Amino acid sequence: MEKRRVVVTGLGMVTPLACGVEETWSRILDGQSGAGPITRFDASRVTTKYACEIPYGDGSNATFNPDDWMDPKDRRKVDDFILYGMTAAMQAVRDAGLENVSDEEALRTGVMIGSGIGGLNSIAETTLMMAEKGPRRVSPFFIPGALINLISGQVSIKYGFKGPNHAVVTACSTGAHAIGDAARLIMLGDADTMVAGGAEAAISELGIAGFNACKALSTKREDAPETASRPYDEDRDGFVMGEGAGIVVLEEYEHAKARGAKIYAEILGYGLSGDAFHITAPSEDGDGGFRAMQAALNSAGLTPDAVDYINAHGTSTMADVIELAAVERLLGDHAKNATMSSTKSSIGHLLGAAGSVEAIFSILALRDQVAPPTINLDNPAVEPKLSLAANKAEKRDINVALSNSFGFGGTNACLIMGKADG
Amino acid sequence: MSDVADRVKKIVVEHLGVEEDKVVESASFIDDLGADSLDTVELVMAFEEEFGIEIPDDAAETIQTFGDAVKFIKEAT
Repeated sequence: MEKRRVVVTGLGMVTPLACGVEETWSRILDGQSGAGPITRFDASRVTTKYACEIPYGDGSNATFNPDDWMDPKDRRKVDDFILYGMTAAMQAVRDAGLENVSDEEALRTGVMIGSGIGGLNSIAETTLMMAEKGPRRVSPFFIPGALINLISGQVSIKYGFKGPNHAVVTACSTGAHAIGDAARLIMLGDADTMVAGGAEAAISELGIAGFNACKALSTKREDAPETASRPYDEDRDGFVMGEGAGIVVLEEYEHAKARGAKIYAEILGYGLSGDAFHITAPSEDGDGGFRAMQAALNSAGLTPDAVDYINAHGTSTMADVIELAAVERLLGDHAKNATMSSTKSSIGHLLGAAGSVEAIFSILALRDQVAPPTINLDNPAVEPKLSLAANKAEKRDINVALSNSFGFGGTNACLIMGKADG
Repeated sequence: MSDVADRVKKIVVEHLGVEEDKVVESASFIDDLGADSLDTVELVMAFEEEFGIEIPDDAAETIQTFGDAVKFIKEAT
């Protein structure tokens, strides 16, 4: 059987910079930061008092107005990660023109949207409420409002998508794994269309306290939060927590062409690996990430010199330079021709949504032939062999883009995307 | 006494997102007001909270309409 090609025909996102793909992207290219003091909860007791929060508002100027996306009576029944996931999924499905599909198409359309942690805040609040008022006060919507696979469930119910219904949970690799695994389902013939990605809403007292305890978060830049996420910079001191969702519509190539769909890019390759090393830290030689990238190149049938742009995992932690070294080892002499950047410098770390949001940025980099900047990169911790697009977007030829995601537990995913007809 | 009906109505309107004039005595939560089985569980919990009463599961099953709810609560308070 000839290999079925998979293309991207719809995009959706809600991020700390904006509600919407194009609005977020233009602010990324402009070098803006989504970081600021925490407003979502009283942060007086936690060490880190800043994060990259979604800009709530009335919907004007690309602010996020929850009423535009979910009825207040339904919103009450779900954790925010489901609200964000639904918002991005609705954008992507609309963008792909799949809001009303035939019964036959619906059977071949699936959903694979995951989350790193899921309904953390709902679980915390319900537990506190139960301690005070007892178990009889636990809402019947608590469990279905906190379960990770319930974005996939909600999307399928909303649109009648009856194909594979699945959800990925691989910490900060979730979004990338979801897109890669969904693409594989299409390649293998289980579906013709998949709505895929990740969502996260972990900016809560418990979420910040938990990552503070892991010593993973930036703590030193309360005076200037917008400078706190600074991948590769000598003065970086941990990641800045973000929230949001990124969702794509994936489609079999001939299927997309037959219906005249707008094609953004093709999923050329996908690689996975495990570190088998430590629960939160990558091995110092970057072996896991290296093997994920190598596997992705193999599956794409490409050599390292084909790679033009890399959207790095680059979280603004000590691990940045480990990934950088692994990329340089992979690219060899070609490194000098490539550009790598971390868009986490602008939007922080969206955990389970990071991989899918960053895959979308990679797709837009292909479309617009521009590498987004790594902002706040004033003094590189090491002398890079490739361009890190420091503080300024870089116009350049991009035919192949690679996006890395690495998660706690030593779980690595790498996606390779190319121009659809390139 | 109408106070109980008003308070019950307010809860129903809030939880089910329905127009107030739809919430009449004979209105069935499931058949007329769009509730599913989980919604009815949550409604009963909201009644318990609002009126400081306990509604046992077997009694909750008999509360099918707005009128049933008002009647039960009036008798229980």
